[in-house]
Amino acid sequence: MSAKEMTGAKIILQALKDQGVDVVFGLPGGVTLSLYDEIYKQNELQHILVRHEQAAMHAAEGYARSTGRVGVALVTSGPGATNTITGLVDALMDSIPMVCLTGQVPTQLIGNDAFQEADTTGITRQATKHNYLVTKVEDLSRVLHEAFYVARSGRPGPVLVDLPKDVLNGFGLYTGPSKVEHKTYRPQIKGDMKQIEKAVKMLAAAKRPIIYGGGGIINSGPHASQLLAQLVKLSGAPCTLTLMGLGAFPASDKHYVGMPGMHGHYEANMAMHDCDLMLCVGARFDDRVTGRLSDFSPGSKKIHIDIDPSSINKNIVVDVGIVGDVAHVLEDMIKVWKSSQAKTDEKAIKAWWKTIDGWRARKSLDYKNDKKVIKPQYVIERLNALTKDKDIYVTTDVGQHQMWAAQYMAFEKPNHWMTSGGLGTMGYGLPAAMGAQMAHPKSVVATVTSEGSFVMNLQELATCVQYKMPVKVFLLNNGFLGMVRQWQEMFHGERYAESRLDVHPDFVKLAQSFGIKGLRAKKPDQVDSVILEALETDGPVLVDIAIDPMEKVFPMMPAGAAHNEILFGPDDQISRDVDEDDVVLA
Amino acid sequence: MNDMKNEDIRYHTVSVLVDNEAGVLARVIGLFSGRGYNIASLTVAEVDAKQRLSRITVVTSGTPMVIEQIKAQLGRLVPVHTVIDLTIEGPSVERELALVKVAATGEKRVESLRIADIFRARAVDSTNESFVFEIVGATEKLNAFIRLMEPLGLVDIARTGVAAIARGKAGM
Ligand SMILES: Cc1ncc(C[n+]2csc(CCOP(=O)(O)OP(=O)(O)O)c2C)c(N)n1
Ligand SMILES: [Mg+2]
Repeated sequence: MSAKEMTGAKIILQALKDQGVDVVFGLPGGVTLSLYDEIYKQNELQHILVRHEQAAMHAAEGYARSTGRVGVALVTSGPGATNTITGLVDALMDSIPMVCLTGQVPTQLIGNDAFQEADTTGITRQATKHNYLVTKVEDLSRVLHEAFYVARSGRPGPVLVDLPKDVLNGFGLYTGPSKVEHKTYRPQIKGDMKQIEKAVKMLAAAKRPIIYGGGGIINSGPHASQLLAQLVKLSGAPCTLTLMGLGAFPASDKHYVGMPGMHGHYEANMAMHDCDLMLCVGARFDDRVTGRLSDFSPGSKKIHIDIDPSSINKNIVVDVGIVGDVAHVLEDMIKVWKSSQAKTDEKAIKAWWKTIDGWRARKSLDYKNDKKVIKPQYVIERLNALTKDKDIYVTTDVGQHQMWAAQYMAFEKPNHWMTSGGLGTMGYGLPAAMGAQMAHPKSVVATVTSEGSFVMNLQELATCVQYKMPVKVFLLNNGFLGMVRQWQEMFHGERYAESRLDVHPDFVKLAQSFGIKGLRAKKPDQVDSVILEALETDGPVLVDIAIDPMEKVFPMMPAGAAHNEILFGPDDQISRDVDEDDVVLA
Repeated sequence: MNDMKNEDIRYHTVSVLVDNEAGVLARVIGLFSGRGYNIASLTVAEVDAKQRLSRITVVTSGTPMVIEQIKAQLGRLVPVHTVIDLTIEGPSVERELALVKVAATGEKRVESLRIADIFRARAVDSTNESFVFEIVGATEKLNAFIRLMEPLGLVDIARTGVAAIARGKAGM
């Protein structure tokens, strides 16, 4: 053993530090003990002990999404590794940069059905952007640095590194991150200038343009949001943001027309449908946005900016595809716009806005408030109003509450909104909030959830207490798997099969049993006081809010419908028979 | 771009140069099965031992839009160097090898030898009641040969799948 040689476990810690990692979410087990021993001996890198590996994954996602940095999770072999699958796929679907380190049985036992052995790289091959099994200590530094590079570059995603016990215990040399350059993997960052020039011409010439932005803007970094705002101003176009893109453009800007898609704003969907030019920026024409493909924005030319070539022409054939990083492409578009002195058709744009304002006047998010029963929309409106002057990060679970949060919270900045968009993972909210809170200890981090989702990872309240993470949980309690109930009411003759949550805990007492504050609101006039008390409390708080159990999310473009076939409220009827294939829940 | 809406399903031969690392073939196959793409034939072997490169040749089918997706998805895999669609990128040579076992006596045995001769197939094993023919050529030629052998006592077939390369001096 030469002087510079060290154990695999030490190499891993050094690599994590050199990658700028300050926090790791994990849970130990037999094969990772030597790594935990090294963690124990130092203070620079903080380890957060979660209570379930799935939570480590979502916490790493929340950390990543709220900072733009790579989130890190560390779990043991076998069941530790298999518990990460949902988190891996969640991060894959939503393009979240993450490195997941898994322990593995010693190399000589691999394939022998050893205790807590699982074919982790085999199982996760389709669940990751890339994965590695390290079989020699010599490969360790290179693989780890490469893993971070692959996770954060191009279209970000989860990378898993499987680490056999003997590799952790063996001795080898450490090499720093400077030399990382992957042999084959080279994402395209700059867009093709010819295509960019074409795109600028088309945007300037458009009479009814729309800019349709998504999570790719957020992945590209805060600078991309600033550039987007510039381009919106230059073009005078309305801007709509997907569920994953919320915050990439200020909600208060008059050019913002809300979220498109199934539960999006009427004006956003109508503008998507009637535009003559659609500039898609880092979004992917997801089926929740497009509705029925054959009727999607039938009269428009389409431009698509995406760092992933496979996203272009996947669901929708576009006229101009630009492969590149959003910020780089937008910067070039703005340069070309200015140097070519592009001019918009002011008269046409004015007329277009008049049409849009007509749709806006329909006030598609209006709801009937009530004096006796708490309406969920009202809760979110109040949460938004009472946190306006705060730097608030919001995470959600999945269901009706997620849609209400997306609709009624107004985000001005990127990286402040974390939700499971692509996979729709119930149980995401609380752990994601922990990740965001670790990254932003001084900010307010709130989770909007409902009882079905919350109980899927409620054990993490213990983690919040242990590490003094003052996460505020707002639980919109409707006694149902609400979104399932809504679909059963609308599409299955009000037969509420297995969607009623007849038994659930007393959430106030549950909070108290973890040693945290529990609050309850049963009447609308209690909503403000519980929100304020939660915000003023130092530690974590669980707020149980009894909402109208029969409330539904509107507006709604039923799955498989077109953008101009929208239901505004409970009195609207579905105009056509719903096809079984159309009824796909998240 | 409008031609991409064309619903014509066509066969394409796609040549993929990959790092010969653990699991790379599983990655490619998993991509096809996970996304519901068709594999008509697939061959793989190391082609550069020094740089540890393998070539995977896939014959797949789909509409132009699906073929574009398949190539983009392959290109996205981290260990993939290049993806070349030999069907559209200039002329290429495609070859396949088959071993065809025919059990026959008398007139049929003679006839099988005669046809093998026409197809330039070689008998690489023979007994009193059987031959194993080795035949090399384009997929259609192999198919035709096998069809003709069927009524004569075809017993078994082993095929390699297509290997393909661009014509001319251009490399990858
Ligand atoms: C892990 C998981 N299982 C099942 C689903 C299907 N699903 C979508 S929404 C929903 C209901 C969620 O209920 P709750 O968390 O109470 O939210 P609510 O709709 O009541 O606001 C279900 C079961 C899912 N998205 N994720
Ligand atoms: Mg509920």
